[in-house]
Amino acid sequence: MIDTFKSVIDALSTPTVSFTLLSIFTPLVFPPTDWFDKINRKFGIWRLWTKPGLYTGMGFITFFFVVGYFDPNFNITLTKPDNFPIILMIYSMFFFLWLGMSKAYVNDERIDKGLKPVEYNDPDDKVLVWPDLVYIEFISLILFMVFLIVWSILVAAPLEEPANPATTPNPSKAPWYFLGLQEMLVYFDPWLAGIVFPMFIIFGMMAIPYMDTNPKGDGYYSFKERRIGIFIFMYGWLILWLFLIVIGTFFRGPNWNFFGPFEYWDPHKVVPLNNVNLSEYFWVKMLNTGLPSNIMLRESLGFITVFAYMFMFPIFLAKTWFKDLFAKIGPVRYTSLMLFGLSMFSLPIKMYLRWFFNLKYIIAIPEWFFNI
Amino acid sequence: MSDEKITPAASVGESKTQSVNGNNTGRRGFFKWLTLGWIAFGAATGGFFTVMIRFLFPNVLFEPPQTFKIGFPENFARNAVDLRYKKSYNVWVVRDEESIFALSTVCTHLGCTPNWLQTEEKFKCPCHGSGFRMTGINFEGPAPRPLERYKVSISNDGQILVDKTKSFKWEKGEWENPESFLTV
Repeated sequence: MIDTFKSVIDALSTPTVSFTLLSIFTPLVFPPTDWFDKINRKFGIWRLWTKPGLYTGMGFITFFFVVGYFDPNFNITLTKPDNFPIILMIYSMFFFLWLGMSKAYVNDERIDKGLKPVEYNDPDDKVLVWPDLVYIEFISLILFMVFLIVWSILVAAPLEEPANPATTPNPSKAPWYFLGLQEMLVYFDPWLAGIVFPMFIIFGMMAIPYMDTNPKGDGYYSFKERRIGIFIFMYGWLILWLFLIVIGTFFRGPNWNFFGPFEYWDPHKVVPLNNVNLSEYFWVKMLNTGLPSNIMLRESLGFITVFAYMFMFPIFLAKTWFKDLFAKIGPVRYTSLMLFGLSMFSLPIKMYLRWFFNLKYIIAIPEWFFNI
Repeated sequence: MSDEKITPAASVGESKTQSVNGNNTGRRGFFKWLTLGWIAFGAATGGFFTVMIRFLFPNVLFEPPQTFKIGFPENFARNAVDLRYKKSYNVWVVRDEESIFALSTVCTHLGCTPNWLQTEEKFKCPCHGSGFRMTGINFEGPAPRPLERYKVSISNDGQILVDKTKSFKWEKGEWENPESFLTV
């Protein structure tokens, strides 16, 4: 029974499967359109945001970790002091998501009935920043301080032996909060995954209030009134950030190969990963000629692809499906929304291209350190 | 005491009681102290920065020499990767069927040190999974270009001399350069 559970989890956690499933589930859990909402209602996914949903979710996470604790392979990764924050992160992520979403669903129901949101119930019931809020913050600060001190006393710092260039730890993992970035670096060149994308994440989040000027949901929890925005954010945050951290922590083993959480970390696991650039696919495999010596000619298809994706695709969308959106928010907001949005969705696209076609780089100019 | 009106010393109209000439802290004296103060400040910061800059040039540098001898060509087995100089010089010495060359141990993706896997016959980076063949050619993972090779030559006493100041990049066609390998 438990072994079946373990092998099912191992099979599901193959990134091609888990990432696809999560990408399909995200729009069902956070339905951005009426069509998805209908499926959500039909399968009762919204029950996740009720009290039984909370207990089921928490119970499943705990069951998973308890089974993992008694599994000889998962125990090693699970009980590493480095990975303790991730266990906390998974619990707190689910709890706060549940808290926000359950309040939002209550408000959505009230708004449907023509009532005001719960937060508007009593307009005189105001809370002062000083002393009420600052007092709460102070108490939580002290409690968190106590927690950190107790934690640091109970668990020794995971210090390793002095650095030695002859022996690199295998796998070499970044601090847990950077494992999403490290996972991104597998699919992109360092200048993109290490510099451009982190900057885009920061600037993109700063730009959210300028791009999404929907005044609804301001000061109260609500899902229905800004469901597209919540969906896009949740996909970026849950899948492209937190899930990549989970992949980096639990699913990446020796030689940075994929392993299921209950799988033995075999350092000699053989995974065929012969990666090929787009230019090689085009010139060598399709046209049966050698790579042209002119760099720009060699990478012309890659340049056309990237240009079409980043610049022609938004124009096409603005004339077809996003016509109303473009008319509503205007060219400046639309351009920045597309810039950040398409860059964000380029990560899953590149991941799938790597997994299914072994595509290394769309534009590959190692001569100039320019690879996309 | 109680009748006396207390006024701050610096308040307006109090200049009569504190004479300009009667004290050293007059206008001229002020500038004297100011100059002295600036000189002291300049000397202190100057000294501090001198020490800082001196700190950047240590007395002893524990850096391996960039040019070093690694022994005679016969000491290297055919079709094998020699790991002896990885720790001391960050170099793998590879001998294939017809040549000997020195590979850099720096991954071309983000600079980790890959491991040589004997059974799989490949260099595999533990950071992001880049893989390189024995020749240094990248074939898996995100590494965009092959490992760099260093200049190798035969010194006067017959030993192999590796010169790390000169590297050869495959993507620039530099592996054709006869300095990048030794024919044996």
